Amino acid sequence: MKDVLDNLPADSGESLERLVNSGLSRRDFLKFCTGVAVMLGLPVGMGSKIAEAVTSAKRPPVLWLSAQECTGCTESLLRTNHPTLEKLILELISLDYHETLNAGAGHQAEEARVKSMKENKGKYVLVVDGSIPVKDNGIYCKIGGKTALSLLEEMGSQAAAVIAIGSCSSWGGVPSAAPNPTGASPVNAIFKSKGIKTPVVNIPGCPPNGYNFLSTVLYFVTFKKLPELDDEGRPKFAYGRIIHENCERRPHFDAGRFAVEFGDEGHRKGYCLYKLGCKGPETFNNCPTLLYNDVGSGAWPVGTGHPCFGCSEKGVGFEAPLHTPARLQFITPPLSFPGITEDKAKGATVAGAAVVAGIAGAALGAAAVTGKKLSKKEDEKTERKER
Amino acid sequence: MDIERRDFLKIAAGSSLLLAAGESSALMRPPKSMPPEAVGMFYDSTICIGCKVCQKACKESNKLPAEHTVIGPEMSIPVWDNPIDLSGKTYNIIKCYKSGTAENKNQEENGFAFIQRHCMHCVDPACVSACPVSALRKNPTNGVVTYNKDACIGCRYCQVACPFNIPKMEWDNPFPQIRKCQFCDHRFKEGKFSACCEFCPTGASIFGPAKDLLEEARKRLTLKPGQYYDYPVATVNSKQKQRQKVAAYVNYIYGEKEAGGTQFIMLSGVPFDKLGMPSLSDKSDAALSEGLQHTLYKGMIAPAAVLAGLIFAAYRSTKNDK
Amino acid sequence: MSEAKPAGGKIVTGPFLFFVALAVIGVIFIIKRYIYGLGAVSNLSDGYPWGIWIAYDVVVGTAFACGGYSLALLVYIMNKGQYHPLVRPALLASAFGYTMAGASIMVDIGRYWQSYNLFLPWYSQVNSVMLEVALCIALYVLVLWIEFSPTFMEWLKAKGLLQTANKLMFIFIALGVLLPTMHQSSLGTLMVISGKKLYPLWQTQFIPLLALISAIGMGYAIVIFESVVSATSLKREIEMPLLSKLSGIIPWIIGIYLIVRFGDLIIRGQLGLAFHGDLKGNFFLLENILFIIPLVILASPAGRNSPRSLFYSAVSLLLAGSLFRFDAFLIGFNPGPGWHYFPSFSETMITVGIVSIEIAAYMVFVKRLPVLPDMGHA
Repeated sequence: MKDVLDNLPADSGESLERLVNSGLSRRDFLKFCTGVAVMLGLPVGMGSKIAEAVTSAKRPPVLWLSAQECTGCTESLLRTNHPTLEKLILELISLDYHETLNAGAGHQAEEARVKSMKENKGKYVLVVDGSIPVKDNGIYCKIGGKTALSLLEEMGSQAAAVIAIGSCSSWGGVPSAAPNPTGASPVNAIFKSKGIKTPVVNIPGCPPNGYNFLSTVLYFVTFKKLPELDDEGRPKFAYGRIIHENCERRPHFDAGRFAVEFGDEGHRKGYCLYKLGCKGPETFNNCPTLLYNDVGSGAWPVGTGHPCFGCSEKGVGFEAPLHTPARLQFITPPLSFPGITEDKAKGATVAGAAVVAGIAGAALGAAAVTGKKLSKKEDEKTERKER
Repeated sequence: MDIERRDFLKIAAGSSLLLAAGESSALMRPPKSMPPEAVGMFYDSTICIGCKVCQKACKESNKLPAEHTVIGPEMSIPVWDNPIDLSGKTYNIIKCYKSGTAENKNQEENGFAFIQRHCMHCVDPACVSACPVSALRKNPTNGVVTYNKDACIGCRYCQVACPFNIPKMEWDNPFPQIRKCQFCDHRFKEGKFSACCEFCPTGASIFGPAKDLLEEARKRLTLKPGQYYDYPVATVNSKQKQRQKVAAYVNYIYGEKEAGGTQFIMLSGVPFDKLGMPSLSDKSDAALSEGLQHTLYKGMIAPAAVLAGLIFAAYRSTKNDK
Repeated sequence: MSEAKPAGGKIVTGPFLFFVALAVIGVIFIIKRYIYGLGAVSNLSDGYPWGIWIAYDVVVGTAFACGGYSLALLVYIMNKGQYHPLVRPALLASAFGYTMAGASIMVDIGRYWQSYNLFLPWYSQVNSVMLEVALCIALYVLVLWIEFSPTFMEWLKAKGLLQTANKLMFIFIALGVLLPTMHQSSLGTLMVISGKKLYPLWQTQFIPLLALISAIGMGYAIVIFESVVSATSLKREIEMPLLSKLSGIIPWIIGIYLIVRFGDLIIRGQLGLAFHGDLKGNFFLLENILFIIPLVILASPAGRNSPRSLFYSAVSLLLAGSLFRFDAFLIGFNPGPGWHYFPSFSETMITVGIVSIEIAAYMVFVKRLPVLPDMGHA
């Protein structure tokens, strides 16, 4: 850790000054950046590169569009505290537009948005929370007289990248639950139908872990590209594994110890919540390893004794009944299942085959020799007779 | 010398008798029926999640050791992992069918499915018919096929006879036993039932009276894919249910008729031959084997009669010698 | 019964030592089997629980040992006294064959120390083909040695005992015919219960009849084979007149066998499987060609009168009967994918060892006991 601090590029000092003045110590900031690097699966030394990027003179512009949402994503983001996120948003990135956090309001706010879009065309990052209604031309959600649909089209087509934060903008979330009266749709679905090519990163969750969002943003700022994504557009560093794989209660599952109802003996002893409908086996997220709110172990749904409800997983959260057991999605780990047919018996060895062949050969040889002897005798006999 | 015409006719007559007897399937003895209080097990592959808790519960309940499996080419790679098949140390195993990309569960193409293998507890078990010393027996009331090591001589005829290849031998033990699932017979006395069913979290393996299980299986085949159904957990009549979406079943109850019927029945979303289940006739091979044997011997009366004739002939011949 | 006398000669000869050496190797592996279990010496598996110890030592071995049975059938039941000189050597070979089969079973079965359970009525399971086979073989081993016992009595010059034995012998002769008839057919019936695991070319209700007929045929073939081999190795004259007469029976037996064999396959509509060109089909063809060869050779008087063609016919028939048994117990047996079997080195050496003991002991017996016909009077 010390090496990292010492090896900081000289020119980063100046821009860091601003941060230090704003109350964040240089040391804390570097710690944070290194933490982010580790979480992203980058080498520790990358922490300084991230620090350099986020403190460069020109802060990356970010616009935040809220559609049909509950502000839960913003709220949870505000509760990240190393460092407190409002400082990062104000100091490290240039958050030019955010309906909840805007200093101004009304036309003033809209002006800032348009100005930033014009100035940073093709360079800004658009963050979307909430799903976008498409039914009846999207009249169910309007901002400044414009529908969320048209705003997304306008802002999304000019952005460098879009981060869809929360389940609503990632795959529909709560507003899209049946019967979906507003035709709530996720960002990528709208982009697809409108032919917008801007890359979309999904950070699903209800709410998602703030650090997953933060890390994605910082990765983009640092490397000018998006982190590796899976088929659903989710960053692999956060959504690469199902909750079940890293769950602290997994040993209970493997041993067949289950809580059967809330408050029963198994529940009190912290047994596996599978039978209560835990969706861990079908939900991709890093909740069990990252936890929430920086308060230590157990600070995530399963840790508190409630089954995972699959908030971040399309087709699970808000769709499958709460206490229905998870349906198996993946065979993990694949090697430990025997196939229907496994090769079991020992094969023929050289020695085994040789001895069998030897016996067969010896038997046939002996028979041939005896036969020959006999024919010799026969010949002698016929000769004798002939004489 | 050539065999005399009369002798040949005698032989021919004798063998044609056998021929005539062998031709009709009437040789089979009548099939056996399910014992009155038969217990059974029902495995629903579509809701099995392959957690292998049943395997672990089975090992624990039957005090079976871990297995040092060898895999790979020439069986050269030793692993302390999941056993690859049933063995003298494993009574119960979850196997996995995989096809193509193995993306979707209960799907034949590009899908995967699990299958639980253990003793089927046949209604008319070939192993019981084969065993010369009654080491394998079928309980006349609950129908469980049990093993008695004090009777067994280790001839392994049960292994040859079993159409499901269930009885296993302890090959590495100088004092071996035949090993197989006995439905946790020893737990019955404690008022418990098969461990694999008790611990199954999804209700994929359930225990209960054989006829109730068959009824449940038939009911499931009438369900529509996609609808929700309350699957009983642990036992067929359990109050504990798991509400789950119904998968598309293959319209066949495996074990209802196989080898004269089994007390372990299965449902699946993938055809059973893909899951390694043999396709068998609805009659036990024991019926033919026993029928043949008893037709030839007729309760030892036939051999006794033949012996009398032989004694007479031998007496006459040896007398002539003297 | 004075027509037999010891062949005489040195006991410790080169061939004798060779077989003793093989026997020692076999015994070492047998000891290993009892210390470390069956898996340590054999390639037997849960898919192929029966290997060469059952297929060769017991099933083929007892069929090879049917000489005593076949001759007894001819001499005592059909009253053909002229074959009497062949009886004793055949009986001795049978007694050895069956005793060694019994010994192999004690190596093969897992819980050998409980094998007496077979004789305890409260354990016996009368539906089991295995029970019948086991009891019959056990009893027949006893009967064979009783049938052979006059030889010892003559050697010991126990005249009184010999007379009593000869008086009562007809009972044991009758038993000696009944028991093999029962278990040689039942050895075939053993495989009926394996159902679909046995290839349809062999899985038939007629397998007991086929096993029995081929065992009788092999019995005559082994008598010819042994007579020829002991004559050549002990440098004696071959009993040609007897043997050529005896060989006249063989074509009839093979004929009946083939009628049943192919009749059954045609009726069941499975004959086509023989021509699929796969391993099982080819083995079926080979097996039946080996049956047809002696049928063709021995049908003609010229074939029956030449010692060489007699010998080759006998070998062919023995191979045919053995192959039929190997096919029905191993090659045609398929417990399902993932299983295969080929005997291991040590497994084969145990079989070789047991057979070697048999041969070495036979050598001692014919040289010291009045077994072989007295050629001086012949």
